[in-house]
Amino acid sequence: MAKYLLLKHYRGAPAPVNDVPMDQWTPQEISAHVRYMNDFAARLEKTGEFVDGQALAPEGSWVRYDGEGRPPVTDGPFAETKDLIAGWMVIDVDSHERAVELAGELSAAPGAGGRPIHEWLEVRPFLTAHPTVTE
Amino acid sequence: MDEALTMDEALLRALTPRVLAILGRRGAGFAAAEDAVQDALVEAVRVWPDDPPRDPQGWLVTVAWRRFLDATRADTARRRREDRAEEEPPPGPAPSVDDTLQLYFLCAHPSLTPASAVALTLRAVGGLTTRQIAQAYVVPEATMAQRISRAKRTVSGVRFDRPGDVSTVLRVLYLAFNEGYSGDVDLAAEAIRLTRQLAAVIDHPEVAGLLSLMLLHHARRAARTAPDGSLVPLAEQDRSRWDTGLIAEGVGILQAALARDRLGEFQAQAAVAALHADAPRAEETDWTQIVEWYDELVRLTGSPVVRLNRAVAVGEADGPRAGLAELARLDDSLPRYAAVAAYLHERDGDAGTAAALYAEAALKASNLAERDHLTRQAARLNTRGGRRSGVEGGDA
Repeated sequence: MAKYLLLKHYRGAPAPVNDVPMDQWTPQEISAHVRYMNDFAARLEKTGEFVDGQALAPEGSWVRYDGEGRPPVTDGPFAETKDLIAGWMVIDVDSHERAVELAGELSAAPGAGGRPIHEWLEVRPFLTAHPTVTE
Repeated sequence: MDEALTMDEALLRALTPRVLAILGRRGAGFAAAEDAVQDALVEAVRVWPDDPPRDPQGWLVTVAWRRFLDATRADTARRRREDRAEEEPPPGPAPSVDDTLQLYFLCAHPSLTPASAVALTLRAVGGLTTRQIAQAYVVPEATMAQRISRAKRTVSGVRFDRPGDVSTVLRVLYLAFNEGYSGDVDLAAEAIRLTRQLAAVIDHPEVAGLLSLMLLHHARRAARTAPDGSLVPLAEQDRSRWDTGLIAEGVGILQAALARDRLGEFQAQAAVAALHADAPRAEETDWTQIVEWYDELVRLTGSPVVRLNRAVAVGEADGPRAGLAELARLDDSLPRYAAVAAYLHERDGDAGTAAALYAEAALKASNLAERDHLTRQAARLNTRGGRRSGVEGGDA
């Protein structure tokens, strides 16, 4: 088994096929989209492949260390940041092929007109913490 | 966790397959019996510390059977069927060693995915709780519970009494062993326990070979990681920290197995491990014999990963040029190909090529400890003599 991150971007990913912003969907279309995502996660729980799923607020701040005894420096948000993560799902699956298959299904979530969004999702393998015991 | 509870847990795990077999003999189906035994184990962990039973196995059988009846009744009621559960269990024959063996075969059944087979084996044969297995594999408990119940459904049609293929069981145990440990369960130690238990009920040279391989690798565990968690390669390990007791046991088991002249891949791998264990210092390793064992492994498995390891051994036995020549015959997309190439080029005196290859290998590593190790190797070569080269634009 291996864990994969399915990463969804607010921006930074190539444009989806059904490229209509969510605020221009009908409320029913939004509900259908949310239901699809929930059903997808529930199905993965049943197959024993679900690990985690989270959504992120689009705005955050940048923080860095500023020396001993000083409070951290905060900055941003930076409007020019090219890549913005919208959320993720973590899955634990038998193969890379399975991870790609599931990402494909997730990308088929319905958008405007009830048609699949075909959005680009990034599939990233986790680095495991430990090497195998045998050398 | 206090000592008494730890001892109880060891006892509980050892009793698990026997209790499961007794329920099976009384007519309970595998899936329902396994659920009932798991419930009894959880109950035992709760109750035993304050109220230890005089007859632990009898206690577990009684509680598990009660749970089985309760579940069957609830099920029956739900289906509005007549309650057919027997109040008094039929005595049934006592479980034999064959019951334990059948349990191993069932949990490693070829219809299961490797991950499901490992999870089911750890629970039904090993007596680990779903929570412990979930922690070891870093997934939510609900996910692991689903994985296990799906696995049980998958094997529900398999008859309990059909002999299986021991090689599938060995692969499952080897997978569990290679997980090492995370969380509070030491899966390597657990895999060794389950392999010992298997070796006690079946006489098979490859079971002995796997047990020997596990013991020989486990013997080096303390030396394999530095205090900061970084990897220590075999050649640099402090050999005084190897567990000589485990090594002696592993070598003894291997010699007895090899004497039967039915070589298999686990015996051959154990032989390589034994030759490493036999060298007081890395320079005294008998690489010529190790190459011969890799020849056997190539013959037995044809695996490209084995050929890659063989190239390393050839590099040690006949010099880095010979190793590089072997490497050139292999597919460069193999995992760890770049790491092996880096090592052989460094030994051949080409630090520049080696540093670039180590950096490339680090990008392709599939785990953190290995990636950090390879990055450190590249950094070591790039900063020799206090000079810095590479990303920071140094003068090397």
